[in-house]
Amino acid sequence: MHGTRILQEADRLMTVCNSCRYCEGLCAVFPAMEMRRAFSDGDLNYLANLCHACGACYTDCQFSPPHEFNVNVPKTLAVARAESYAAYAWPRAFAGAFARNGLVISLIAALSVAAFIFGFAAINDRGVLYGIHTGPGAFYKLMPHNAMALLFGAALLYAILALVMGVRAFWRAIGEPVGMKTDAKSLLQAVRDAGELRYLDGGGVGCFNEDDHPTDRRKLYHHFTFYGFVLCFAATCVGTLYHYLLAREAPYAWWDLPVVLGTLGGIGLVVGPIGLLSEKWKRDRVLVDEQQMGMDTAFILMLFLTSVTGLALLLWRESAAMGPLLALHLGVVFALFITMPYGKFVHGIYRFVALVRYARERQMMAE
Amino acid sequence: MTRRFDVLVIGGGNAALCAAISARRAGASVLVLEGAPKFYRGGNTRHTRNMRCAHDAATEILTGPYTEEEFWKDLLLVTGGQTDEELARFMIRESKDILNWIVEQGVRWQPSLGGTLSLGRTNSFFLGGGRAMLNALYRTAEELGVDVLYDAEVIDLVIENGMFLSAQLKQPVGGRTEVRASTLVAAAGGFEANIEWLKQYWGEAADNFLIRGTPYNRGAILKMLLAKGVQEIGDPTQCHAVAIDARAPKFDGGIITRHDSVVFGIVVNKHAERFYDEGEDIWPKRYAIWGRLVAAQPDQIAYIIFDSTVVTSFMPTLFPPIAGATIAELAGKLELDAPALEKTITDFNAAVQPGTFDHTILDDCATQGITPAKTHWARKIETPPYLAYPVRPGITFTYLGTRVNKQSRMLMKDGKPSANMFAAGEIMAGNVLGKGYAAGIGMTIGSVFGRVAGREAAKNARN
Repeated sequence: MHGTRILQEADRLMTVCNSCRYCEGLCAVFPAMEMRRAFSDGDLNYLANLCHACGACYTDCQFSPPHEFNVNVPKTLAVARAESYAAYAWPRAFAGAFARNGLVISLIAALSVAAFIFGFAAINDRGVLYGIHTGPGAFYKLMPHNAMALLFGAALLYAILALVMGVRAFWRAIGEPVGMKTDAKSLLQAVRDAGELRYLDGGGVGCFNEDDHPTDRRKLYHHFTFYGFVLCFAATCVGTLYHYLLAREAPYAWWDLPVVLGTLGGIGLVVGPIGLLSEKWKRDRVLVDEQQMGMDTAFILMLFLTSVTGLALLLWRESAAMGPLLALHLGVVFALFITMPYGKFVHGIYRFVALVRYARERQMMAE
Repeated sequence: MTRRFDVLVIGGGNAALCAAISARRAGASVLVLEGAPKFYRGGNTRHTRNMRCAHDAATEILTGPYTEEEFWKDLLLVTGGQTDEELARFMIRESKDILNWIVEQGVRWQPSLGGTLSLGRTNSFFLGGGRAMLNALYRTAEELGVDVLYDAEVIDLVIENGMFLSAQLKQPVGGRTEVRASTLVAAAGGFEANIEWLKQYWGEAADNFLIRGTPYNRGAILKMLLAKGVQEIGDPTQCHAVAIDARAPKFDGGIITRHDSVVFGIVVNKHAERFYDEGEDIWPKRYAIWGRLVAAQPDQIAYIIFDSTVVTSFMPTLFPPIAGATIAELAGKLELDAPALEKTITDFNAAVQPGTFDHTILDDCATQGITPAKTHWARKIETPPYLAYPVRPGITFTYLGTRVNKQSRMLMKDGKPSANMFAAGEIMAGNVLGKGYAAGIGMTIGSVFGRVAGREAAKNARN
C-alpha cells in the first residue's frame, strides 16, 4: 500500500508498463522502472521526477484510454510529481503553499512590490522616488546598496537552505545509491542530460503536445527560459563582483557585461515563458494535471515579470519612472527568491537530482 | 462518396498503410477504410513490437548477419514445410530492403540500450512499440495525401468475374455509401475476433478462447472475398495461439497477458494432471505451442505451477501469481482437487534428477520415470509459497486466407489472377505461414506484401 491514491495508481501503471516494456527506448523512466519489480513511495517519486512529460509514451501506448487498462503515465506521474514537491518541502509547515500555489505566489508578489514602493517612499522623500537619477550609484539613492545586498542575500540564502533541505529529504526517500557522493561521472552525465533536455524529445521525434504530431517547441521555449534565467543570474553575480571587487557601482553602461548578460537573459525570459504558456494552453487536456495549472502559470508569470520589469528598468532608468520601476523589479525578484522552494521552480532541481540518480544506476549496471 | 480512387485499401494496420504509402508514392490516389475508431486503428499491429528481416551484416540495431538462407530454414522449421516456397523466398529477399524502406516511412528502430531487452540478431524492435510504428505510418500517409476514414465498415464488395468494381460502406455518421476504385488492396486481417466463425472449426471450445488483439478482426472482408470466387489458402484450424493469463480481458489484452514461466515449473489441467513436456524446447517454440496445448485440455484451462525460488527468473507479470503456503492451500485457491495436485507434484519432485540448471540452453535437468517427462530445466517444486498462473488459449491471428502470387495479386478459384484485386498482411499470411510462428514474421509479411500490393495496385490502376 502507498501513502497516497496517486502513488497507488502510479504503482498500478508501473506494473502494467513493466510487463510490456515497449516504451523502454523513449526516455529514462522506463529503463529505471525495469530495474525494479516492486515500487516504494520513494521509487515512485523518483520515477515521477524523472519524467519530463513529453507525452510520447501516452501516444505510443496501446493501453492508453479508452482502453480498459487506462494507462496514462504522463498525467499520473505529473500529479505524483506535484505531490512529491509538497511531501519533501522544508519547513514542513510551508508544504501547504503547493496546494494553492497560484494564489500564494501572486499574493506574496503583490505584497513584496507594495513593500518596496512604500519602503522607498518611507525612507526617502517623494522627490527621490520620482526623481531623475543617473550615473554610478543611481539605484542606491532609493535604497542603500548594503541594505539591498543584505535583504536579497538573506532571501536567496533562505531559498537555497529550503531547497537543500527539500532535496535532502527527496534524496533519502529515493534511496541514495552506493558510492553516490563521490561520483563525478554521474553528476556530469546528469548536467548534460538536463542541459540539453535529452528526455523531452519523445525518443527523438519531439514532444507531444496538442495532438499526435510531435514538435520541438516545448523544448525550445524551455531552453529559452532556462538559459535566460541562468544569464540573468550570471548578470547579478557579475554585478556583485563588480561592486565588491572593482568598486564599480550600478547602473552600468549598456555594453558592460552585467547589462549584456541581463539583457540577453531578459529576452530569453520573455520569449521562453510566453512560449511555454501558449504551449500549455494548447496542450491536450488528457496529458495535463489540471490541479497544477495554477502553480505552473504562477511560476511562468513570475519569470516573465522579472524579465519584463528588468528590461523596463534598463530602458527607462534615466527617467522619472526609474524609482517605481526599480521598486517593481526588486519586489518581483524578492518574491521570486522567497517563493522558489514552494513552487514550480523545484521541478528543475528534483528532476536534476533524479537524473543524477539515474546516471548512477546506469553506471552501476554497466560495471 | 462521389470521388473515384485509384486504389482502395481496406484495413488500417501495417500491411494496409504500407500498401497505401507505396501506392501513393507511385502516384495513385488512395483511400484507406479502417473499420475501427481512430484509437483502435491498426488492428493487431498495435500490439506488435518487432519485425524479422534478413540482413547480411550487423547494424546499429541488429547484432549480426541473418542471411536469406537462415531465415528460410527458420521458416521451414516452424511451418514444418507448410509454406509456398516461391512466395516465402520472395518475401525473405524483399525483407532485406524493407528494413530500410520502413525507416524512410518515418518508422524508427530502437537503438541499443543494454537493458533487459537485448538487441536481437534476427529481429529489429520498433522504438516505442507497434502503436508508435503505426502512428508514424499514418503521419507519413496523411502528409502524402492519402485519405483515411475511420469507423468505416465495409458491408459488401461488388466483384464481377474476379474484377473489383465497388465497395458498400457503412459509417455511424453518414450511413451507407458506395466507394468506387480502380483497384482493391484487401489488408483487413484475419477472423480471430469472430468467435462464431472459430466455433466452426473448434466447436464450443472457442468460447473459452481469449483474443489477444483487436476485437475488429472479424474476417468480414475475407469471407466476402472467398464467397466471390477468390481461392482460399491455409488450414482454418491453424492460428497463432499462445497461453495467456486466464484473467486477461476477452479482447485486446495484448502483450502484457503472456507468461514465459512455463519452463520454470509444471503445467497442469483442471484435473491437476500434467499433460505435456514443459521442458521440450527453448524460446520461441515453447512460447508458441502452449496456446494449442491448453486449447486441447478440458474447459480450455491450465495452471502453470512453480515455487518462490524462480519468481524473478521471468518477466514481471501484469496479474500477480496466485499464492499458497501449502500445495493444498494453492489447490483450494485454484479450485483444483488438493490430493490430486499434491500427488502430481510429489511424483514430479520424485522424478527430478540432479543436473546443472541453465535456462538459456537445453540443459541436463530432466525427470526420470514419469509421463509426460520434463526433459530440460526440471527442478523440484518445494519452496513455499507455491505459486500459480491460470492460463487460457490466447489467439493472436488466424491463417485461413486468400491465395496470392508474387505481385500480391489475389488468385481466383480457377487459378487465374484477379484483374485488379490484391491482398496483404494477415489476410494472406497463410500463403507463407501454413502453421507455427516465428516472432516478428507477421510484420514482415505485412510490410513486404503491403508494399508490393500498393505498388502493383497503383501500376494496375494507371493502365
